[in-house]
Amino acid sequence: MSAAPLLEVRDLTVRLGGPARRLEAVREASFALAEGTTLGIVGESGCGKSITMLALMGLLAPDIEISGSVRFRGEELIGKSQRELSSLRGKRMAMIFQDPMTSLNPVMTVGEQIGEAIAIHATALSRAARQARALDLLKVVAIPFPERRLRQYPHELSGGMRQRVMIAIAMANDPELLIADEPTTALDVTVQAQIMELLLQLQKERKMGLVLISHDLGVVARVANEVAIMYAGRICERGPVGTVFGRPGHPYTRGLLASLPKIDRTVESLIAIPGSLPSLAQRPSGCRFHPRCTFAQSICTRDDPALLPRGSVDVACHFADKVETS
Amino acid sequence: MTRYIIRRLIAMPFLLLGIITIAFFISHNTRGDPLISIIGERQMENPDVVAAAKARWGLDKSLPEQYAIYVGNLTTGDFGTSLRTKRPVAQDLLDRLPATLELVIAAMLAGSLTGIVLGVIAARFRDSGIDHLARLWALIGSSTPVFWSGLILLYVFSVALGWLPGPGRLNARTLPPETITGFLTIDSLLSGNLQLFRESLYHLILPALVLGWTVMGIVSRLVRVSMLDVLSQDYIVAARARGARELRVLFNHALRNAMIPTLTIIGFTFAYLITGAVLTETIFSWPGIGSYAVDAARNLDYPAIMGVTIVGGMAFLLSNLLTDIAYAFADPRIRLR
Repeated sequence: MSAAPLLEVRDLTVRLGGPARRLEAVREASFALAEGTTLGIVGESGCGKSITMLALMGLLAPDIEISGSVRFRGEELIGKSQRELSSLRGKRMAMIFQDPMTSLNPVMTVGEQIGEAIAIHATALSRAARQARALDLLKVVAIPFPERRLRQYPHELSGGMRQRVMIAIAMANDPELLIADEPTTALDVTVQAQIMELLLQLQKERKMGLVLISHDLGVVARVANEVAIMYAGRICERGPVGTVFGRPGHPYTRGLLASLPKIDRTVESLIAIPGSLPSLAQRPSGCRFHPRCTFAQSICTRDDPALLPRGSVDVACHFADKVETS
Repeated sequence: MTRYIIRRLIAMPFLLLGIITIAFFISHNTRGDPLISIIGERQMENPDVVAAAKARWGLDKSLPEQYAIYVGNLTTGDFGTSLRTKRPVAQDLLDRLPATLELVIAAMLAGSLTGIVLGVIAARFRDSGIDHLARLWALIGSSTPVFWSGLILLYVFSVALGWLPGPGRLNARTLPPETITGFLTIDSLLSGNLQLFRESLYHLILPALVLGWTVMGIVSRLVRVSMLDVLSQDYIVAARARGARELRVLFNHALRNAMIPTLTIIGFTFAYLITGAVLTETIFSWPGIGSYAVDAARNLDYPAIMGVTIVGGMAFLLSNLLTDIAYAFADPRIRLR
């Protein structure tokens, strides 16, 4: 990685709430994404994955405080105006969302919405040319009867079809970066695999950088080059996916992997990480994971461990050695 | 959709009959005697005159009999004769309805458009000074009694500044244009009289503003609330994520959704104002349905009361139907069957 990476996020911190009571939703998140590669971001619901992505796209409400640095091809995005960001969004960086049921405008046809995504950035294009391109995009995402779909409204399509439309919209201007925020979570299991395949195929064809948020460890293990594990607003482990999942250095990563049911083993009960994710307002002192951690010592209640390199992986744990060897 | 509309239209006479029946028995069972206003208090002592007047107006018959005769006449288009004006009620209504419609349509246009814009602005700048100002303005509009704001505006713009004419649809000595639609602004244009058009338009401004201000208050508050709801939806974030700028997000994406609940209140307000613009009509000496209704009620003018009730009922039935049709156009998820 000698040239500037496609996306480089450094110490991204997001604070919510009024000035009187700031709540830190994300703290000092750092990661990078090289061109054409995939970064998986894994963590429980509410750990700050989506907020991190919305923050780097500039899609959070203006009263939310964001600090740190987000560089897209070396260009700093934090501090840019909404106007400047909107000319990047949908053109060079696109995003697809968790729930295709609510992410399409219910009163606009599929054709209108894809056409809009094209028109915003390619203003010179004629209406007919836009419609032709919208049709092509529907073909790209393999929607049957694309001509008819253009005239349909979102409620006339199934969840899987709607997510394909969302992908078509994201692909409208050949983005360099695609952020997929749990793109399959809201879908049927059979459809999930199809959508995932489609995303990967598009990524390969178009050499896009892909940030894939997921809590499906299997998918991440299969498709991502790098992975970042998030817990309670912090990245606790980050590195090449094989190493992180093969020899986890953070007890949380270990817990996640252990909680996966194995198809070749019969178990009495599912293994779960004890306790639950602390709420935003009640984050524990020191390491945020310590109340749920079997390795925790007294230092963990005082010192929040920094994310430190251990070989190719970065881990934020006082006892990473112990975790790895145990 | 056509079948749906036809079905609704077929149901309308039956609904109207229900309204007529209820209104008929309520109005005929109120205390007070319409004869006083017909023959005068002194003649009430004279049994011959009373009997003759009763027979003349059919008031000597039993109530069910009167009802049967009234409904029977209605089916032939006969609304009866006003006890007060001694003219056919249908004629009175036809004379007065265009005046009200002209006023209410102008007020609805002005009030809805400004209300929508104000609501969008208030929602966009939620909780800021602009929002508070917009909401205060709307609150004043929807809560100021028309008889107060009307008089004040009339004083300021007509008496003190002399920018706008006083009450009435035209100046006292102006002859109205030939009646085509009954809308003075349109009729004067159709007859090519620009001078008259200007005059009728100027007369329309103040009452339409007074009435429209109330409408604006109601509409802007509703638009604000629905916009706030819509702006928090996922598809708004998704629209921004594809590069949509603020104006596009507000008007193309958010307002189109926020208009769906707003249509109901616009339709309802319109129907309400057909008979509900009484105060404005009274203050501005506007010869419309509202002032006719008040006169009718004051004199217990049964046929006129019934006539106004029918007009009001029709206004609600039709505007409900139109609202439902508009809904189907605004929201593709709604199918009229």
